[in-house]
Amino acid sequence: MKVLLSGNEAIARGAYEAGVKVATAYPGTPSTEILENIVRYREIYAEWSPNEKVALEVAMGAAIAGVRALAVMKHVGVNVAADPLFTASYTGVRGGLVIVTADDPEMHSSQNEQDNRNYAKFAKIPMLEPADSQEAKDLVKVAFELSERCDTPVLLRTTTRISHSKSLVELSEPTITQVQGGMEKQPEKFVMLPKHARIRHGLVEERMERLTTFADSFEKNRIEIRDTSFGIITSGACYQYAQESFPDYSFLKLAMVYPLPVEMIRTFAAQVKKVYVFEELDPFFEEQIQSLGIEVVGKAVFPRCGEFNPTTAEEGIRGRSERSEPQPLLSSLPPRPPVMCPGCPYRGIFYTLKKQKLFVTGDIGCYTLGALPPLEAMDTCICMGAGIGHAMGIDKALGNEALGKVVAVIGDSTFLHSGITGLMDMVYNKGACTVIILDNRTTAMTGRQDHPGTGYTLRGEATTRIDLGDLCTAVGVNYVIKVNPYDLAQLDAVVREEIRRPEPSVLIAEAPCVLHRRDKKQPGVPLVVSEDTCVGCRTCLQIGCPAIEWREREAKKGTSSITRELCTGCTVCAQVCKVAAITREGE
Amino acid sequence: MGRVVNILMVGVGGQGVILASEIVAEVMVRAGFDVKKSEVHGMAQRGGSVTSHVRFGEKVYSPIIKRGEVDILFSFEQLETMRYLDFLKAPSTILVNNQKILPPSVITGDQGYPQHIPELLASTYPQVVLVDALTIAREAGNSRVVNSAFIGALSCCFDIDEHIWEKVISTMVPSTLLELNVRAFTSGRERYFGVTS
Repeated sequence: MKVLLSGNEAIARGAYEAGVKVATAYPGTPSTEILENIVRYREIYAEWSPNEKVALEVAMGAAIAGVRALAVMKHVGVNVAADPLFTASYTGVRGGLVIVTADDPEMHSSQNEQDNRNYAKFAKIPMLEPADSQEAKDLVKVAFELSERCDTPVLLRTTTRISHSKSLVELSEPTITQVQGGMEKQPEKFVMLPKHARIRHGLVEERMERLTTFADSFEKNRIEIRDTSFGIITSGACYQYAQESFPDYSFLKLAMVYPLPVEMIRTFAAQVKKVYVFEELDPFFEEQIQSLGIEVVGKAVFPRCGEFNPTTAEEGIRGRSERSEPQPLLSSLPPRPPVMCPGCPYRGIFYTLKKQKLFVTGDIGCYTLGALPPLEAMDTCICMGAGIGHAMGIDKALGNEALGKVVAVIGDSTFLHSGITGLMDMVYNKGACTVIILDNRTTAMTGRQDHPGTGYTLRGEATTRIDLGDLCTAVGVNYVIKVNPYDLAQLDAVVREEIRRPEPSVLIAEAPCVLHRRDKKQPGVPLVVSEDTCVGCRTCLQIGCPAIEWREREAKKGTSSITRELCTGCTVCAQVCKVAAITREGE
Repeated sequence: MGRVVNILMVGVGGQGVILASEIVAEVMVRAGFDVKKSEVHGMAQRGGSVTSHVRFGEKVYSPIIKRGEVDILFSFEQLETMRYLDFLKAPSTILVNNQKILPPSVITGDQGYPQHIPELLASTYPQVVLVDALTIAREAGNSRVVNSAFIGALSCCFDIDEHIWEKVISTMVPSTLLELNVRAFTSGRERYFGVTS
C-alpha cells in the first residue's frame, strides 16, 4: 500500500520496519516529528531526552546491549552530541546505531545553517542521505544493516525539504524482529582507555576503506546516463531540483554521501563532457572529488548560502535568464513575521526588561521572538543554554559596572537541556547575575513537547517532575523567587531588586503556554478598550499583542481596539495603559 | 495527465493552510497521481506567513514549485496573495479568500494594510476568483468550517469526482464537525462551479 508520508514520518516507519527497540531525541525543527511518530509504535521504547548528548548516550547504551537504536536531533543538536559521537565511531556497536541529523539550509527555524555532512568526515562515520520519503524509509533499514555489518554508528542526514515534504511511500511490515539483546563484557571495545582507543582508531581507518569499497557497489548510489554534454553529481533534495530542471541530462545520484564512491565518480566523469556538483551549503563533494584529480564545477556557479530550488540549478548551469522581473503590483508589503501568541506569558516579561533598559542575554525558544519589534528586548542569542554563560561573562568582564544592568532569560526546557551547567558555574565562581526562567511547562517552539520539568513522558505517562526551584536551590542559589509573569507591578519590583543583588538569583516565571494541551487555561473574560477614555498614546501597542490593533477614528487621532476572538484576558495591556481605558468586558 | 500541476497555498499561521494542503494532496493521491507537497513548520505556527507547495502529475520530482510555474495560487488571506505573484505562470488561476488578517506593523499603525487588493488583482490577472468562504461557512452553519468552503471552490479547478473530496475531508476533519464540513465543501463547490474550472 502506498501512502503519502513526510520524510520524518517515513523515518519513523522505517525504524519500526527495521526492528528498532530504543529511540531517543531532543525536539528540534525539522526533526521533531520523527519521535512523535515513532511513539505510535508501542513496540519501540521512545523518549524525549533532556538534550541531544543524553539522547545519543542512551541510544548507544541500547546498541551496546545488542539492540537496534535510533537517536534523532536537528543539525545543531549534533554539536551537543558531538562528544559521544566521535568516540562512538571508535567503539563501534553491537546492535545497530543510527543517528539522524536534520539539517536546516535557509535557517527556516535555526540559528545557523551548518552542513552536517562535515561531521561524517570529521568523525569517520558513514552517512546516508535520502532524496524523498520512500528513500528515507528505505535508508533507515540500510543504515542499520550497515551499522551492524561494519561495526559503526551510521548518520542519516535529512534537510528541511526532505523532513517536511510529503511523497508516496510503499509500506511493508517489519522485516526484522526486535532483537532481545543482552550484556557482554568487551572492555577493549567499549572502554576507551588510550591503549584500547589506539587499537580502535586503526580499526576505524580500516573500516573507512571497506566502506569506500561498499559505496562503489551500493545500489542506491546510481548513475543515470542520458545526454552526456554534461552530468550532475548530487544528492538529497538537490537531486529532485536538478531533475526538475534538467531531466534529459546525466546524473550521479548519491544516497551514501560519505564515504564517496570513488570508482563510480571516475566512471561517471569519464562518460560526460562536463561535471557539475550540485550541493547545498559547503563544497563537500566538490573538494573531495577535486582531490581525486577530477575537474568539476560547483561553488563557482552555485551559491554557498541558503536553500536551493530548481531555479538555482538552471541559473548555475545556464546563467541568469535575461527575462525582466515583473513589476510588483504593490511596492512595499507589510511583513508578517512570527509573533508571540495573544496571552503569551513572556510578553509582560520582555515589556518589563525593555522598560528597565536591561541588557538581556537570551536563548533558543519562542521567547527569542522577544528580540523582534516592538518588544526588542534581547541582546544575545547563540545556542541553547548560552544566555546564562553570557551573563556570567559580562559580569566578570565589567564587574560592578554591569551590576543591575544584565539579565539572562531562558526557557524551562532549555534550562534543563543545558542551562543548569551555566548556573552551576555562576554559583561556583561567584557570579552576580540574575536568571529568569520562563517556565511555560513545555517545549513550546517545536510544538509543545514534554521534558523532565513537565511531569510527563513522551508517551504521555505521568512521571517524577523535576522542580526547577528546588533544582536551583540545590546547586546553591540562595535567592530563588517565583513570580507571576502576568503581574507587571510585582515583576517590575522583583526584577529591580534582584538584578542589583551581588550574588546569583533566579526568578521563575511560572505560567503555562497558552497553547498547552494539558494545562490549557480557559480563556479569561476578554478585555475592551473604552473609545472615550483611550487617548491614543499607543502604549498598549508596544507589547506587540496580535489581539490589539490601531484604529483610525474620525473624531480624534485614533484609538486602540481589541479583537474579541483573539483576546485571552491576560490583562497585560490593561496594566500598561496609563489612563485605565482597558477593562474587562461587562465591567 | 502527464503535465505536473502546481498549487501554491498561502496564508497566515493558524489559518489551517497545512491541513488544507493535506486534504488536497490526499485527494490527488486517491485520484491516482504522483504527489509531492512541501511546507516549512516551526516559526510559521506563530502567526507568520505560511506556504505549502502541492504538486501532482504522472511523475513529480521537486517538492517545491519553481518560480514562474504556479498554476493555481490558493490564498487564504488577501495580503499574503501579493507576496507570491512572481511565482505565477501565465495563464494561471488565483483564488483569494476574502479575508484580511492584520500583520504586526499594521496593528501598531506603523504601516497601512494595502487597499483594493481584489480589484488590483482582477485588473492585472485574467483569472481571479474572490471567494467569500466565511459567508459560505456561516450559511452552512459554522464559521469554523471556512476552509472546507474554500476547498470547495478549489475543487472546481479539477476534473475529480466530488465524492473523493468528500471522503478525504471526512477522514481529516474532527468528527464533531464532519457534516458541517462536507456541507460547506458542497456549497463552496456549487457556488464556484464553472467559475474556476
